[in-house]
Order: sequence, then structure tokens, then C-alpha cells
Amino acid sequence: MSVLIYTDSSNGALTKNAFEAANYGGQLAQAAGTEAIAIVVGAAEGLEALGKYGVSKVMHIVDAALDNFDPQKMAHVVAAAASETGAETIVFAHDYTGKAVAPRLSAKLDAGLVTGAVALPNGNVVKKAVFSGKAFAEIEITSAIKIISVLPNSLDKVETGGSAEVVAFSTEIPSTRITVKEIKKESTELSLTEADLVVSAGRGLKGPENWGIVEDLAKELGAATACSRPVSDIGWRPHHEHVGQTGIAIRPNLYIAAGISGAIQHLAGVNGSKVIVVINTDAEAPFFKAADYGIVGDAFEILPKMLEAIKQLKA
Amino acid sequence: MKILVCISKAPDTTAKIAFTDGDTKFDEAGVQFIVNPYDEWYALVRGLELKEANGGSVTVLNVGAADSDPIIRKALAIGADDAVRIDAATTDALYVAKQIANYAKDQGFDLILSGKETIDYNGSQVGGMVAELMDAPYVSLASKLDMNGNTATIEREIEGGVEVIEVNTPFVLSAAKGMAEARIPNMRGIMAARSKPLTVVPATEASASTVIKGFTLPPEKTGCKLVETAEELVELLHNEAKAI
Repeated sequence: MSVLIYTDSSNGALTKNAFEAANYGGQLAQAAGTEAIAIVVGAAEGLEALGKYGVSKVMHIVDAALDNFDPQKMAHVVAAAASETGAETIVFAHDYTGKAVAPRLSAKLDAGLVTGAVALPNGNVVKKAVFSGKAFAEIEITSAIKIISVLPNSLDKVETGGSAEVVAFSTEIPSTRITVKEIKKESTELSLTEADLVVSAGRGLKGPENWGIVEDLAKELGAATACSRPVSDIGWRPHHEHVGQTGIAIRPNLYIAAGISGAIQHLAGVNGSKVIVVINTDAEAPFFKAADYGIVGDAFEILPKMLEAIKQLKA
Repeated sequence: MKILVCISKAPDTTAKIAFTDGDTKFDEAGVQFIVNPYDEWYALVRGLELKEANGGSVTVLNVGAADSDPIIRKALAIGADDAVRIDAATTDALYVAKQIANYAKDQGFDLILSGKETIDYNGSQVGGMVAELMDAPYVSLASKLDMNGNTATIEREIEGGVEVIEVNTPFVLSAAKGMAEARIPNMRGIMAARSKPLTVVPATEASASTVIKGFTLPPEKTGCKLVETAEELVELLHNEAKAI
């Protein structure tokens, strides 16, 4: 009957998406009148904090065999935890880890999976975004065990207060064939997929040497930087900044786009943003139709002025 | 090196999205279909590059009806050696994965590649499901794949960076941007595609576990608030939108 939530940890702490999953699973359990239990893999602290989303118990497994990420081992561990708790619904965040583990678990348990849920289920029906965010689908899970991965930044957080009980969990880990050789982090800068605020720019900036105004504004806002596909293709900006249908999709609270016309493929990567601001010299730019706020103007003038205005705000 | 590339049929990126049958089916009228970009530009092209460097073959596999054949021929035109279509409806991801695994399990593929997700259902599921059904390793969202004999060195995307992984064949991988650059089929490729083998095999007995009940469109945006100055914009973002 219960809900089992996979809550990811990294560098000894729960990730931002761990709390997204806990929030979803906790609310789901509450609506179903059942218990929400979390599973954490690897050494990590502060796990009782999951209790604030209604998680009553955290199963914590620390095993050298799990030190290097392999979704095959993780699926095994989650399956074992689900079996022990009799979980009927298993929740993941639809993030890098969830995308690797949830599908394996689905096949392992022959359990229906809906990835990227944007709302709590209505009975067994889960809503998710499809056609790259241009529509929603309502999908019924017909199997006895259901797996749902939640799209980050989709559900308002509800804190019920409380502290979760942390208990040790162990299970035999099968040997598998993936070896992690190295982890390369881009930099200490904010990762684009986790950022609440993003400042993005495209061809309207005319050249890579002009990106200082974008980076300065982002820095002042504590935002990550992103770009449109054309400028990533011609090498003005690194590949990982490309947001769009064939790049990555982001869902920040605020997306500021300067010098980007707003082609459908770009919108597909950012239509999950809560607030979209468009700055473009072309009043006919299609992006204005998808924006919440806009200025028909020159980014070279507007971005530095926004920077000044924000500094004034903080003063 | 025997490589399998799983490809999906997807609506063109500019297709108008509409629904019929009481909003329970995607309206295909007037829609152009393409090979799912992640499957074509990243998985297929990388597979071809590895074959060109190491020898072997690239087979493309699609689960679908005869209306998939045009996009399968496109994949052959780009350079795949042969194609297999499992004649089945794409009922759900787990059903599709079972079809693929049931076919692939005794074919001896060294690599099974697909794109990271389809642009219509955005599932990002089938690769992982196939790997589990075949008891094989799975690397998701890989942006780089290099082979040295049987050993692969792969870069997998993670939050704010990449994980460098080593794994020996056989394994399953889903490809993300960075893996390869799209190839345009040339005239020779298009001509050759016509006579390359496209074998249709029947579906195997398998169950699905999800059902699409219906579709909805997002609410219309209420309209963009245009302002004249940066100062006004910042004020609105702070006081009205509460975004900064």
C-alpha cells in the first residue's frame, strides 16, 4: 500500500531533486492515506529533513558496492526496498538518476511507468507533458505496482513538518559491469538544470565576445546562463548551454531571453519556465507570443540597464 | 562490431499538435514524420562512425506499422546496412521494450543504441527497459562514446558535469547531444536505401502496463506585458511576478 520514494544524494547530502520527489511522494501518500518511505543510497547526512514533506521513515543503505553509480544495481536496491515495504507506488525525480533507474525498475517489476509527471495522480491516472511541452497526456497505469517520476519544479511544495526516522537498510548487491572512472564537473558554477533563474541569449548578441553582459546579469541574479541552438552550433557558447528541443529542457522560475527569436524548437526547451521575459529588437519575434513580459529593444542597452536596476533593488 | 540502433517515428519538430477522437489520439492529418532526432543525429550517426572505424554492421530497428517504412528508409539512406521493423503498435514504452528485447536477445549485438528520448512522448524509458530485459548494462544520456576493442569509454551527463564510464560490450546506451553531428543522406545513399533489406517481423506476445486516456492542450498564455524600460521590467519582475 505504501509509497516508496527514491531520494538521490550527492556528495553526502540530499539533492534538490530528492526534495522534489519527497514532496510528490509525501503528498501522494497523504492523499492515499498511506505511508511515505524514502530510500537513500550512499553516505549522506540530514536525511531526517525528508520528514518535513511527510516521509515517515528513511531506509538508508551504505555499501561500498554502491559507491559508483550503476542503474542496474540501483534498480535492484529499490526493488528490494519496495518488496520489503510492500510499496505499491514508487516515486523518482525525473532527473539524470531517475532517467537511468526508473526504466530498469519498470522492466524488472513489470510495473507501469510514467516519466515526467506534472501533477499528483488522479486515481491511477498521471498527467505528463508530451510533444516537448506542447500538450499534456493523461496516462493510466494499469499494473499493480506503479512507478512515477516527477518533473522538477512542477508541484508546489507542501511542508507538513515532522522529522523522518532513519533506519539502516541492506541487501545483497549483484555484481555488474559498469565502472565509473571519473567525475568531471563543469565548474563550481550553478548547473543549468538546477538553476531557479536563467539568463539566455542567441544570435541577437552578434558574437561570442559580447556575452559579458549576459554573464554579468546572470552573476548578479545568481542565475545560470543558457543559449539558443544556432549559437551553440557555431561555437559561440558551449553545447551544454543549448536549451531547446534537441538540447535540454529546463523549468526555471525565471527565464530571460535576449536576442532569441523564439523558434518552436527553442520554446520546447523552455516552455516549462514559470516566467518568461523576452528582449528582442524585432517586435514581430514569435517569442513575444510565449512571453510573460517583454521589451522591444536592444539587448546591448537593456541587459546592462537591468543589471543596474537589480543592483539598485538590492541596495 | 554488430550494432543495433533503435529508431522511432516522430512528428516533425514544426508540426502543429492537435488531437482527434475526443482528444484521445494525435491528429496525424498533414503531419510530416521524421526519424526521432536523438535517434538519428546521435545514436545512428555514432553507430555508423564506429562501424566505419572498426568494421561490422549497423542494423536499425523500429517497432511500428507500415507507415514507419519511409523513415526507416531514411535511416538506411543515411548509412545503416539493414533494417528490421517489428510489426506492432507502439502501445506503451514497456511493450515496445519487450518487442525489442525479444527480437534482440539472440542476435548477438555488441551495442544497442537509441536516442535519449522521443520528441513526442519524451519518455526517456525504452533504453533502460531493454537493458533490464536483456540483463545488460545501461548508460543513459551519453554524450560521448569511444570504443577500444570491446571496451567502451563513455561520458554520461550528470548534474553540472559528466561521468566517465567504462564498460565492455554488450551494453545498451541512450544518446544525447554531443555524441555526433547529423548527417545528410547523399544521392548515392538514397538510391542504395531502396535495395537494402527491410525485414518485417511479427510482434511477440507481450503486455503493456499504461494506457493513454486523453490529451489536453496547455492554457493559452495570457499575453505578454510589454514595457519600455529595463527599470520597469525589473520592477514588475520583483513586485508583480515575484521572480527576482
